This record gives sequence, C-alpha cells and structure tokens, in this order.
Amino acid sequence: MSDVNSTIRRKAKNPAFDMRMAAVFLVRYGMFIALALWMVAMALSSEHFLTSTNILNVARQAAPIIIIGVGMTFVMATAGIDLSVGSLVALISVLTAAWLVAGLPAYLVIGLVIVVGAMLGALNGFIITLGVPAFVVTLAALTSFRGVGFVYSDGRAVPISDPVFVFIGRGDIFGVNTPLIIATVVAVVGWFVLNRTRFGLYVLATGGREEAARVMGLAITRIKITVYAITGGLAALGGIVISARLSNGSPNAGMMLELDVIAATVLGGTSLFGGRATIAGTVVGALLINFVRNGLNLHGVNPYWVQVVTGIILVMAVLMNTVLNRKAEAWARANPDDEQEVSK
Amino acid sequence: MTTPLIEMRNISKTFGAVTALSKVSLRLEAGGVLGLIGDNAAGKSTLMKILAGALRADSGEILIDGKPATFAHPIAARDAGIEMIYQDFALVPELTVTQNIFLGREITRRIAGVKVLDRSAMNVRAKEMFAALGLRVPAVTLPVQALSGGQQQAVAIARATGFEARLVIMDEPTANLGAPAIERVRETITRLKKSGVAVIIISHRLEDIFAVGDRFMVMKQGQLVGEREVHDTDNADLVEMIVTGADPRKPLVAV
Repeated sequence: MSDVNSTIRRKAKNPAFDMRMAAVFLVRYGMFIALALWMVAMALSSEHFLTSTNILNVARQAAPIIIIGVGMTFVMATAGIDLSVGSLVALISVLTAAWLVAGLPAYLVIGLVIVVGAMLGALNGFIITLGVPAFVVTLAALTSFRGVGFVYSDGRAVPISDPVFVFIGRGDIFGVNTPLIIATVVAVVGWFVLNRTRFGLYVLATGGREEAARVMGLAITRIKITVYAITGGLAALGGIVISARLSNGSPNAGMMLELDVIAATVLGGTSLFGGRATIAGTVVGALLINFVRNGLNLHGVNPYWVQVVTGIILVMAVLMNTVLNRKAEAWARANPDDEQEVSK
Repeated sequence: MTTPLIEMRNISKTFGAVTALSKVSLRLEAGGVLGLIGDNAAGKSTLMKILAGALRADSGEILIDGKPATFAHPIAARDAGIEMIYQDFALVPELTVTQNIFLGREITRRIAGVKVLDRSAMNVRAKEMFAALGLRVPAVTLPVQALSGGQQQAVAIARATGFEARLVIMDEPTANLGAPAIERVRETITRLKKSGVAVIIISHRLEDIFAVGDRFMVMKQGQLVGEREVHDTDNADLVEMIVTGADPRKPLVAV
C-alpha cells in the first residue's frame, strides 16, 4: 500500500513536459485570455467601456445566450447539435404574449412555456435517437418552430405589460439586472449537473465514445432525449427573458440566435465532437461575443461589419476547437512512455 | 458432479436473416479458464456479449450457480459478477481513469438530499485497485486518452477485476499488444484462476490458452464444434476443428 503514491506520481520537473502543458493550456484557455486582452484594449481606447453600466448592460445582452448555451453545452457534450433554439425562442415568445393576453397568470405562463419548450426539445431528441442526424432534425425544427410562431401570431408582435415580466426583463436585485441573475443561476446549476452528478458524467461518456458507454450499460437513448429536452426548456427560459426585455411577444424574436449560442459554446472550449464540455467556457464565450460587439459599437463600427466579425470569430473558434486542440493534445502526449519510467 | 458457476444452455440468436448462434451450450466451473476459439463470424463474440448482458438471446437459458439468470442489461450482468474486457477496452478517451473504472457504478454521497459523485472516494478506491493488482498508470485523474495502449489495458483489467468478479470474459486480450502486455494478461488470468474466478478467453492466439487455460471450446458458424482439455490436444487437432467445423472424435460432441 505504501507505494500507491509513488505509483501514481507524475513527472513534474521536465522542461519539455512543461512546454507541452503550456501549449495545451494556451489552446484550451485561449478564449479566456482573448477576452481579457480585448477588455484591456477596449478599456484603454474607450472611456465608456469600463463602466459598471456598460458591463452590466453587456452581461444582460449575454444572459439569454448563457441560459441557452448551458443547454447547448450538454447537447454538444453528447456530440450533438441543436440549431432550433432561436426559432424556439420565437415560438415561446409568441405563446407567452398570447397566453398573457388570454388572461393566464404570469407564473402559470412561465411554467407552461418551459414545459412546451422541453417537450419540443424532447421531440427533437426522440427523432435523433431514431437515427436521423441531429443537424437535419434541428434544422427542420428551425424552420417549423418559427413557422408555427408566425401562424399562431399572424405575424404580429403582441405587447407584454405584465409586472412579473417587466421585472424579469427590466428589473434588478441589489443593482444586478434580473436576466443576469437568472443566467447565473442557470450556469451554476448547469455546472453542478455536468461536473458533479452521474447524469453529467453519462452525458460526457455518451459523447466521448458512445459504444463504450453502451456496453457499460448506460441508457444512451434516454440521455440523448434528456439533453435536447433540457436545451428546449432553457430555450424557453431564454425566450421568456428576451420577450420580457423587449416587452413584446414576436415571431421575429431570436433570429439567428442559434449561431450566437453555438459560437459561445464552441468558443468556450466544448468539443463539437462530444466528450469534453465546460459550462464556465460557455459563459466566457457568450460574454466575449457580446463584449466584442459592444466594443465595436462604442467605436462606431458599421453594424454590418459587426456581423462579419461575429462570423470570423465563429470560424476561429471552431478552428481552435478542432484542428489546433487536436494538434496540441497529440503533441502533449507524443511520448507518454516517459511517465512510465517514474512509476518505479 | 458439482454445479458449474456458469452454464449456458441452447443459446440461439439471429440478426435478421443471419443465424449468429444456434443452440450453443457452455459450462464453466469456478477457477476454470476456458478458451473460446474459432474463425471469424463463428459467433464467439455474440455468445459472450449475451453472457455479459450487452445482447439478448432469442432462446436458451443462462444459469449461475444452477439458478436461472437473465441479464436485460450489462449492469445486471456486472452486478452478478460477470465482467467483460472488450477488445478495444471500451474506455471513454475523454474521461479519467477513475471515471472509466466506475462508469455505470459510481460511488455517490448525498448533499442536502442530492446525489453527488464522491470523486475523492472513487480516486482512492481506484488507486487501491491498481496497487492490489500491481498495475501501473501515471495518475488515476488523467484522461484515458493520455495513456499508452498498455496503460489503457491496465485500466480495462482493473475495471473488470476490481469489483469482486466471478467470471471475467476477455475478448482478444492479447491482440495488438507487445510482449510485456501479453505477459501481464497471462499473469492476470493466472491470478484470477487462483482466487477462484472463472475466465473465458476469446482468442486467435492458441498459445495463450495453451499457456494458462484449462479447456478449449471450438465454434464455427454459430455452432459448437467440440471441446478439448488443454493437456489432451495440440495445435493441429484444434486447427483442423476450426477449419473443417467437425470434431474428429465424434462422441465428444454429444456432451
């Protein structure tokens, strides 16, 4: 028993090993560093950037992306993708306004639309487990969810004036705006479930190597349906926040939001191929996207160019996530046998 | 005659129009080491996946200690003490050594009524397993993808033998391995045998079974061809059975 510690001790004092660790670190946490550098650059170049009003505003804009991104992180951890979240936001926005107009109490509406979102997500997941690629299923859902939203609302935006929704969209607790608080709660719960519970572990195992997870007896089908249901439910919550913020229910809400959510998740370091996921990364990714936009806006950059920049960030994030990450990790374990020698 | 630890009776399985297994029976005592051999598509892996709960037989029964058992699920088979080491080790590359070892049977504790993974308890337990087995990995908190092939094999062995296994099934345990790793597999089998654990080895390498096994079972095209005690046969005899699918000593087939 006494040699347990020496058996598992790792080589620490090897410069080559440290170099490799540094490279892996740089690729893995590159986005955190990029966010920090961007913040510094913007703070130096614009006096309006580093003000609490501006920062809280950006965080409020990022809140729906964080909320839905937590769900997307779980989906991507299983090596899946959900393109339908933006359209689901639109449908939920329409339903919320319509049901409030119909006189349903606000809390009931909130509960109902989250259930609807989770059920639509579960439907996506169910079809995916039948063997249809997630990309195709959720692309079809992308067009149909918004389509239903347009049919249901006749294409019109309906104002929302319920006090509960005013609080969700524009209220604050001790100076911190409600959307940010909701996003923080979702992120903390999401982190806990992913990293500290069986379910989170099974999600990662499913995405890491599905066949291994299957022969170890994990219920792959149920796990996959659940992650899409979670994402659906969180997209509904994001839809509530967005509708409350804009004070109306509109079938045009959440247009292209899926791209922001996917970009935030991938930027954060969650693998597109499953098995590796980070909630903290997704939060940072969402903040980075919004701080970049905010900084460009403060400098008066043409908003159309801002769209181009968002596209470039997405491509860079995927490049970082796939090619560079694989190269860095392959390099890092180029010589795993030199660790065996120290096990004596 | 003593009750065998494991008995499979008349197991049949079809995949669509293909008959993978037709009325195959198998019995194995505690501490016995059985080599399951045969050409590709002989049905060896299918038979073992049924025993490990990864597949379900169309007909036939499985008895453990003489009592009927059906495994709807790999976890049910593992709870009954039947473990399988897959040819590709069935490890999730991104998960740590500990997470892989405990996958599907994690140790949890309750915090305010919520079941939480007890990661430190599992790490401690995993280290104990490796120490007890005399196997080495750099750290139980490293992802499996950072390990060499031999180290990954050590993880798979620890997972299969660390939970009071009664039967360990090894699918091609020595394929694609270097000499030290092959030696480690043989040591593991010998150690399991000594502690009364039954072992079934699926292998193309007859020499492994000659080295550590008790008995051969030859299959071809989903059927049992014949059985031999290790001391009662040789390479040529076995190869003939594998190739022709017939047992030259006919009466033994009726067992």
